Amino acid sequence: MIEVKNIDKSFDGNQVLKNVSAVFETGKTNMIIGASGSGKTVLMKSVIGLHRIDGGRIEYDGRNLPDMRMSDIRILRREVGMLFQGSALFDSVSVLENVMYPLEMFSDSTKEEMIDRAYFCLMRVDLDEKAFGLAPSEISGGMQKRVAIARAIALQPKYLFCDEPNSGLDPKTSLIIDRLISEITHEFDITTIINSHDMNSVMEIGENIIFIEQGEMAWQGNKNDIFHVDNEALNNFVFASELYKQVKKANQ
Amino acid sequence: MSLLNDTGKYILLMKRVFVKPDRWKMFFRQFPKELEKLGLQSLPIVAIISVFIGFIMTMQTKLNTSNPLLPVYTTGLVTRDTLLLEFSSTILCLILAGKVGSNIASEIGTMRITEQIDALEIMGVNSANYLILPKIIAFVLMMPFLVIFSMALGIGGGYFVGVLTNIMTTGDYLVGIQYAFIPYYVFYSILKSMLFAFLISSVAAYYGYYSYGGALDVGKSSTNAVVNGSILILFFNILITKIMLN
Repeated sequence: MIEVKNIDKSFDGNQVLKNVSAVFETGKTNMIIGASGSGKTVLMKSVIGLHRIDGGRIEYDGRNLPDMRMSDIRILRREVGMLFQGSALFDSVSVLENVMYPLEMFSDSTKEEMIDRAYFCLMRVDLDEKAFGLAPSEISGGMQKRVAIARAIALQPKYLFCDEPNSGLDPKTSLIIDRLISEITHEFDITTIINSHDMNSVMEIGENIIFIEQGEMAWQGNKNDIFHVDNEALNNFVFASELYKQVKKANQ
Repeated sequence: MSLLNDTGKYILLMKRVFVKPDRWKMFFRQFPKELEKLGLQSLPIVAIISVFIGFIMTMQTKLNTSNPLLPVYTTGLVTRDTLLLEFSSTILCLILAGKVGSNIASEIGTMRITEQIDALEIMGVNSANYLILPKIIAFVLMMPFLVIFSMALGIGGGYFVGVLTNIMTTGDYLVGIQYAFIPYYVFYSILKSMLFAFLISSVAAYYGYYSYGGALDVGKSSTNAVVNGSILILFFNILITKIMLN
């Protein structure tokens, strides 16, 4: 479980996060949603430790990130997997080597064991074996996301962060990636945090949803609660499209 | 203010670079690749420029020292000392600041903007150490070979002037390149070129590592790496010459 308590973050005097508190639960897909510029990416990067917060606590199962030394943060990060918006695969090596990279860096397994583990992860994300030897630039965007997920779970992380996992994908592939993240979260009992503004994702896998508006936490609940909320900003954000307005009407 | 800020950030980055690698195995996997990319792949440009500079320097020196009072070995001597003292270290490094510096800055800068460096950091890898240390060490260690290679080819280029033209005899040239030879000049040249290699690679890595934005910004980082690397080379050239040849 990751607990965020009263965190603030400013850039050049401009306060982006204001006293944000939230709980990201283990074994659930926790989603941070909000309009562009609302501060959700800053919140996620602050939780990971890529941004140093101005005040507050970020507790990874009781371990407060802002109090840690850099060497301890590095050790903690070995328990973290991350799926980046652009996949962030290393373009100078093959798909298989990308997944093997964290294992080679941090595990004491033999080469055969590492290959086995990388194969397992790539098979788990349903990647075609023919793609294992290809360079990331030679595979599609959806396949790159699968490889990035495989790399993120290679070291059996306790925490998985996904920054806009559906960015640049078609609706069908987006759904497949969403379901894959959800399955992996439940299967390996991971604390998964997803940063998204894709309403299909929210409705599909949002078990714990945190809505950020202008740097503040405006609402927390799940995908079923969202139909019965009277928060105007949230309703305007979630039910912006005609389709979702009708879905809401039908649910009420 | 910006200069102070950049200097501080550069020093802090170097503090992160010069630590024990997380895994020596990974360092030694990267290291030969960098030797090949930064060192061996620079050989063609070093060879072409050195031969032609040796060639033209000999011709120019001969044409501008046609006074009969000057000894016949003057051309060889001037060519040799110019190559040893300045061309094969300083000028060569200025050229390599363009080739190697832009290569390093654009490679690391692209990794930064495509979040590959963030991915390394999230994994718990010291990205500065993993990406930059092999490049700096490989380039610094390859530099003496590039310098000696350049000296040999430059002097060889001068020799061919004697063979291919009639402006001087090869005998006069050979006497000149051996006359009053000071071996310390070679040591001086190699040592300062190693310092320049460190400056080129570390400054380029700094600009690449702190790139942000898009392709245009990586281009700017690359340009800054080359310009500032070159200025530092010129500045340290004066400093090290004052210290070592005074």
